[in-house]
Amino acid sequence: MTGLRLLHAGPACTVQDAGRPGYLRFGVTPAGPMDWIAHQMANILAGNPVEGAAIEIGPGGLALAAEGGPVRIGLSARGFRVRRDGSDLPARVALTLQPGARLEIAPGHAALWAYLSPSGGFDAAPVMGSLATHLRSGIGPFGGGALAPGQVLALRPAAGEAEDWALLDPAPPTAGPIRFIPGPQDDYFSPETLAGFAAADYTVGPRSDRMAYRLIGPALAHARGHDIVSDGIALGAIQVPGDGLPLVLMADRQPTGGYPKLGTVIRADLPRLAQMRPGQPLRFAPATVEEAVRALRAAIPSAAALRARGRPLRSVRGLGPAARPV
Amino acid sequence: MADRALRARMIAPRYLDAGECALTVEFGAAIDAGLTARVLALDAALAARPCAGIVETVPTYRSLMVHYDPLILPRAGLVAHLEAALEGPAPAPAEGSLWHLPACYDPAVATDLAHVAAATALSPGQVVAAHAGATYTVVMFGFAPGWAYLAGLPPGLTLPRRASPRDRIPGGSLIVAAGQAIVAGLPMPSGWHILGRTPERLFSPSRSPAFLLAPGDRIRFDPVDAAAFAGLEARAAAGEPVARKAA
Repeated sequence: MTGLRLLHAGPACTVQDAGRPGYLRFGVTPAGPMDWIAHQMANILAGNPVEGAAIEIGPGGLALAAEGGPVRIGLSARGFRVRRDGSDLPARVALTLQPGARLEIAPGHAALWAYLSPSGGFDAAPVMGSLATHLRSGIGPFGGGALAPGQVLALRPAAGEAEDWALLDPAPPTAGPIRFIPGPQDDYFSPETLAGFAAADYTVGPRSDRMAYRLIGPALAHARGHDIVSDGIALGAIQVPGDGLPLVLMADRQPTGGYPKLGTVIRADLPRLAQMRPGQPLRFAPATVEEAVRALRAAIPSAAALRARGRPLRSVRGLGPAARPV
Repeated sequence: MADRALRARMIAPRYLDAGECALTVEFGAAIDAGLTARVLALDAALAARPCAGIVETVPTYRSLMVHYDPLILPRAGLVAHLEAALEGPAPAPAEGSLWHLPACYDPAVATDLAHVAAATALSPGQVVAAHAGATYTVVMFGFAPGWAYLAGLPPGLTLPRRASPRDRIPGGSLIVAAGQAIVAGLPMPSGWHILGRTPERLFSPSRSPAFLLAPGDRIRFDPVDAAAFAGLEARAAAGEPVARKAA
């Protein structure tokens, strides 16, 4: 049986499929990837279904080796430094890892989350229908916790070997404000407060994790108090607790809550927010549902388009650092 | 159809966007049995009419959050489906199962019984009689897996939350605060008052079904003494359900 042996695992590395739907009404958060676009790309690179399970690599990076035979993987690690046995690789690759080779995904110049998907998937029993990991409740595969060095993740057999290839995409990630749809409790804030929110500079705070990104910047005044009777919380909800400092509720959010939510970050922009490091500045801009749906449709990675942009890894070798793909 | 028009006017919720992938159907802003009944009725009506693109629904005391896929079901289509569910024939009586949960009110596990008695000007025995004498409805699960939020707490047991929350309360704790009652599924931090404990596991990930109760179900607490609790606790720990579902 083949597997992936973890040689190093920074904090907050977990196994995540697209999420565990159907149990919110029982208090269970879907979890799932922080950056759903990069997660889908890793799966496409691996030749797996886009909703399949991948290792979510946290800000501290990960190093691993194939065990029991060659392992084919897809890796989407923009902003990280990727090396195989010490040699630099592009951040987005499909490759076969031979036993004994060490693959290292180390923190690089940007980003917080990277995804590594083994072709054929993990050999793990789904927990309530899913391979997503929710750290706070310990629900998920491989013990339901964060991954640790020494762990060996068993894999299912994959299809035969293929050539190693990479995505060479010089285009930097999209810039611009993080768009949000006002509501469901935007009426708990004055029009001036809402306008001020969209005009203000915020930074991602240091106490941010898979559950919530705390924002540092102007405090927002509640017009009608900060207590509401608990209602549902959507992915990306911008919640404003009593101290007025907004936080954005991320993949491991609680299913319901009792603070007003002035808006919800649109799905297309959530990965960009998720990849922002503490201290990074950001702005917000209101959007309509129609705009959000258009942006969502445009953000879904196309397997055909990715393959068309792929280049054999052999041809990438020997590129100087200046030309090294990001 | 005067009756239908009347119902449509009475049930006029607000549709509040929670992003492009969720819609909050808000019946009101308060905890109110009438609002909760409407929430659970809409939840049941939606369950009775499956619709491609609705991912899942989350009832609360006053609103129903509908998670949807806007690439399959656009917002306008979702609202039309919700309107039809609200105005259409009500589903068969949505009364859920009635569960009898063993409940131990012994001071060894009823950490705050004396405090609640003092704060409500009742005797500990009267507090237990009130808590165990009511029939509750499971309105929602929130906060953590298997934390059941109940409607039906007798008003006499209303008191504010503790001044300082506890870091961890035991799973199965029967807790009250702010006029609400909860059965705590998993051990978690809490600032609510602990009146007793049930040996039943509301959430057990390795069991099928993982969740014993569903929103809309009803609960009664059957008092047991400390010795009986210990025996039931051992059986529950071994994976055996110890609650009884009324026929």
